[in-house]
Amino acid sequence: MIRYVIRRLLLAIPTLLAMLTMVFVLVRLVPGDAAVSMLGDQASEQALDALRARLGLDQPIHVQYLTFLGDMLRGDFGTSMSSGRSVLSEVWQVLPYTLELTAAAMVIGVLFGLPLGTFAALYRNRWPDYTTRLLSLTGLSFPGFVSGILMLLAFAVWLRWLPVMSSASSDPLTHMRNLALPALNLGLIMTAYITRVTRSSMLNVLGEDFIRTARAKGVRPGPLVMRHALRNALIPIVTVVGLYFGTLIGNSVLTEIVFTRPGLGKLILGALQSRDYTLLQGLMVIFAAFVILVNLLTDLIYAAVDPRVSYAK
Amino acid sequence: MTAMPAPPPARKQSALLATLNRNRLSWVGIGMLAVIFAVAIFAPLLSPHDPLQQNILHRLEPPSAEFWLGTDSYGRDVLSRLFHGARISLTIGFLAVLVAMIVGSTLGVLAGYIGGIFDQVVMGIVDVMLSFPTLLLGLMVAAMLGASLENLIIAIAITETAPFVRVARAPTIAMKRQDFVEAGRALGFSPGRIMGVHILPNILSDIVVVASLWMASAIRTEASLSFIGLGVSPPTPTWGGMIREGFENILSAWWLVVFPSLAILLTVLALNILGDALRDAIDPKLRGEE
Repeated sequence: MIRYVIRRLLLAIPTLLAMLTMVFVLVRLVPGDAAVSMLGDQASEQALDALRARLGLDQPIHVQYLTFLGDMLRGDFGTSMSSGRSVLSEVWQVLPYTLELTAAAMVIGVLFGLPLGTFAALYRNRWPDYTTRLLSLTGLSFPGFVSGILMLLAFAVWLRWLPVMSSASSDPLTHMRNLALPALNLGLIMTAYITRVTRSSMLNVLGEDFIRTARAKGVRPGPLVMRHALRNALIPIVTVVGLYFGTLIGNSVLTEIVFTRPGLGKLILGALQSRDYTLLQGLMVIFAAFVILVNLLTDLIYAAVDPRVSYAK
Repeated sequence: MTAMPAPPPARKQSALLATLNRNRLSWVGIGMLAVIFAVAIFAPLLSPHDPLQQNILHRLEPPSAEFWLGTDSYGRDVLSRLFHGARISLTIGFLAVLVAMIVGSTLGVLAGYIGGIFDQVVMGIVDVMLSFPTLLLGLMVAAMLGASLENLIIAIAITETAPFVRVARAPTIAMKRQDFVEAGRALGFSPGRIMGVHILPNILSDIVVVASLWMASAIRTEASLSFIGLGVSPPTPTWGGMIREGFENILSAWWLVVFPSLAILLTVLALNILGDALRDAIDPKLRGEE
């Protein structure tokens, strides 16, 4: 097991390096002169030179690359050009909001998705299955901002149950009310994904011999589903949910923008509007590193829960 | 000609039709798509008004007999803009997936066939691409390149190339060891001919299914980028852009966001329904069940 963990950790290093290289190349794809596109073509030659020197753009490309790698690996993600604060502190400041939102969405997704998917699998190719499948397909067809806007319209504008803007508040009740709509929006999308995975995973398990044996031994339907089937179906579900993490992040960005909620989404939008390339670059690296980390954890959890995974290879 | 082991029979058209018939929902998807494509093609004929025509006297009017879906803050007809927006969404979705499909499956077949270090390098890059959240990668590329139709296609194509590499590579590796490919090699066919004539046609159906699912994702990404403000620049009507503009008036003019939202949802849903049905049709694990 320990050897497997070490091997998997070592494998993450080239992935991390390749990711950094890609971000580096992407940022240099900017057509024309980065300094000109930041300061505008009215800027004086002196100001442009100063900016180029500050960004290291006057250095040869391989020096720029090595400097970039060194900075990133040391955890120095640069300084935001618009606020003058370090990218890391900008991220730390809003990260709790995004984490709170994604965690709430994950809880909603598991709470609704697991039972729905199981239910659909048990009634395979009958109307409960068709209804559930159509609903989950609809759920994962929604771009995060479209469902968000429709919910905003329904619950905040027409019914007036919940606030339109969901900014932070020190009062816990207001805080929960503010969190409700964004979390529900993201949570329903997650529910759609988890329902689908649970259904197909349960179908695989229900077709196995040990289920037939258990049934023949007279295990009642309730314990059969809960103890025998669902427990075994959980392993692929955990993996796939881990893989959906990237989708969850993307949708959380859109959700935050729709509900004008502080978080990484708003930070990205601000960076785009102010053409803050260092902030964008830093965010990109942090996001991708996060996803790589989650994939790593998913693999390790997979190895820990599934006795069939061999650590030898 | 020299006798040669027959390649596996190409999947029969009738088998596909049979599966589509078994999964009746798939015809709903095909029907919806047919309507959406027809609307996009005939947008200039179907639109009751000019999508760019501003009219100060008819600002923010709710749906009425003259403006079926209401007007926006410039007095432009929402229905006409919706019809023309379909062209942008479908064009970007289709071309982005086409580019991703050609580049991705070429790389996938090459990686699977050649193997070795080339395979490892390609798959390494694919893993990294997959570790970027789709929307954020698209957002980054679009922001770097600047917003235009071509750049959006490039940005979305980049985010969707990796899955095609995976889909093309796995069956290529399996097929490489089969008799008919061995026979071709023994006959001295060039690797290009073996890959292009013998392997590619056999994995094409898998690739097309993935393409229909990823076109759904491409349209979703395009709408999201337009909503964020990285889409085709105004006044060209795009669904995401219409929602972005309508969002400012969400408290007073619901029709500005609801109709383009439904258009996006229905298009993506139709593609997903079709992709799901097709996947059932060609997945050997699912075929023959029931």
